[in-house]
Amino acid sequence: MTDKNKDYILTTQHLTKSFKGFVAVNDVSLKILRGNIHALIGPNGAGKTTCFNLLTKFLDPTEGSIFFNSEDITKEKPAEIARRGIVRSFQISAVFPHLTLLENVRIALQSKRKTSFQFWRSEESLNDLNQKALELLNAVELESFHKQLAVELPYGRKRALEIATTLALEPELMLLDEPTQGMGHEDVDHVMKLIKSVSSGRTILMVEHNMKVVSGISDSITVLSRGSILAEGDYQTISTNPEVMTAYMGTQATESVHE
Amino acid sequence: MMRTVTYLILLAIGLLLPHFVYPVLLMKILCFAIFACAFNLLLGFSGLLSFGHAAFFGGAAYIAGYLIKNLELPTIIGILGGVLFTALLGWLVGLLAIRRQGIYFAMVTLALAQMIYFICLEAPITGGEDGMQGIPRGNLFGLSLQSDLTLYYVVLAGFIFAFLLIYRTIHSPFGQVLKAIRENEPRAISLGYDVSKYKLLAFVLSASISGFAGILKMLVFNFATLTDVHWHMSGDVVLMTIFGGIGTILGPVVGSTIIIGLEDQLADSAGDMVTVIMGAIFVVCVLIFRKGIVGESVALYQRMLGRKNLT
Repeated sequence: MTDKNKDYILTTQHLTKSFKGFVAVNDVSLKILRGNIHALIGPNGAGKTTCFNLLTKFLDPTEGSIFFNSEDITKEKPAEIARRGIVRSFQISAVFPHLTLLENVRIALQSKRKTSFQFWRSEESLNDLNQKALELLNAVELESFHKQLAVELPYGRKRALEIATTLALEPELMLLDEPTQGMGHEDVDHVMKLIKSVSSGRTILMVEHNMKVVSGISDSITVLSRGSILAEGDYQTISTNPEVMTAYMGTQATESVHE
Repeated sequence: MMRTVTYLILLAIGLLLPHFVYPVLLMKILCFAIFACAFNLLLGFSGLLSFGHAAFFGGAAYIAGYLIKNLELPTIIGILGGVLFTALLGWLVGLLAIRRQGIYFAMVTLALAQMIYFICLEAPITGGEDGMQGIPRGNLFGLSLQSDLTLYYVVLAGFIFAFLLIYRTIHSPFGQVLKAIRENEPRAISLGYDVSKYKLLAFVLSASISGFAGILKMLVFNFATLTDVHWHMSGDVVLMTIFGGIGTILGPVVGSTIIIGLEDQLADSAGDMVTVIMGAIFVVCVLIFRKGIVGESVALYQRMLGRKNLT
């Protein structure tokens, strides 16, 4: 199990973020294997979202470094990170509410073009992206709603739209922040399948509370607690780890993590 | 189709109106309409509330006035020079302001605009409290602008040019990105857009067109006045835009027409009460019809049609 013969897409070394004395993320060294669905779990306030914000440079780390495909990206701006192929979603659904579904996806497709500053050019010059946008919407079963405004969609479908938008960038690494949060059972199953289906050919790192999702689709898991890594491994290893039980449930209850 | 017909009718009205209404009032309305449209490009389509747009509107008038009166340069050079100046000024102010959001953005623009105001008040060439007076209209493309009617058509052409430019900007690949930033800025960043660059370009465009409006107004009245750089003016343009409808294409035109028209009508009868009446209008607007006149009309129209997503 030496690190050298493994293909890591993203690694962090001693990543630390402190806010005025409070250490939200403490010396976290993550290793994400290429092609994996990697789940980041942990109790509330464990630093999962802060970790995401650090990886996508929405926050600057106090200490430590981040490597993507072995390149140091610690100093880069959020938009640069995105252009490298690390694309994130947000805890609250991240759509453009008053744009149509088609436009939502097209904005992502458009970001690779050089015409985005051209205020003198007609927006009809974007119409050749429509076909690709419709295909992406089709992949998440939203094609028939493409003329609707995103704001009119029910919650579960907004998240599906968000995934379609993210996919439009053909990211190497997708970061999903609680993709099933606040969803009903059917939606959870649906989004789970969706994540599984889009994971081929790319790596996914997700923060997730729903153990059914975590056990169902993730290849490896990192447990954070109070800003530090508590345990790492596959679901079997994690779910039987006594420290993880304690962090999640207090002292008793050994079976609860199994659902 | 219906849209084209509406615009053609408006154009016909614009061409015929000076034969029935005092052209100077119409020109004033058009200048403010350009100003409000430029402001709306920023507020309505990029979600940035600037509280310092008077600096561009009034500042450009001083620069153009200086070029035309003191340096005796042709009118067209004055116009271009003034617009170029506001583009640069807009770039500077924008560069500083877009680092902040919401109320802080507004405060930075206000503070910088106040600096411009004091420069206009104190600088030796601006005429202090009297403003810069007696700026000749000169000629444009060999056409004397002395007659109000001639100048009216020039201003109308200027308005149409600015309106089309803004319309195209909104409906361009750039406009799409602006709307995305307005709708959800973090998401736009996560899709790889360097949002501050887009905001800055929007700010520069809006400032330049505001400057253009200020220069036209200066030509109409033959002087550049402190009123136009005062922060009241920044407030007035907010009022016109909100009253007409933020984020609608025609809203700022309707807003400025009604507000300037009202001011003109009430100037004799109401005197200082005009400010109170304007304030009351603003309150009613914010409380009852938030989308503004055009915004509410469109909403009503859509409700009557019983379908959504007309846009």
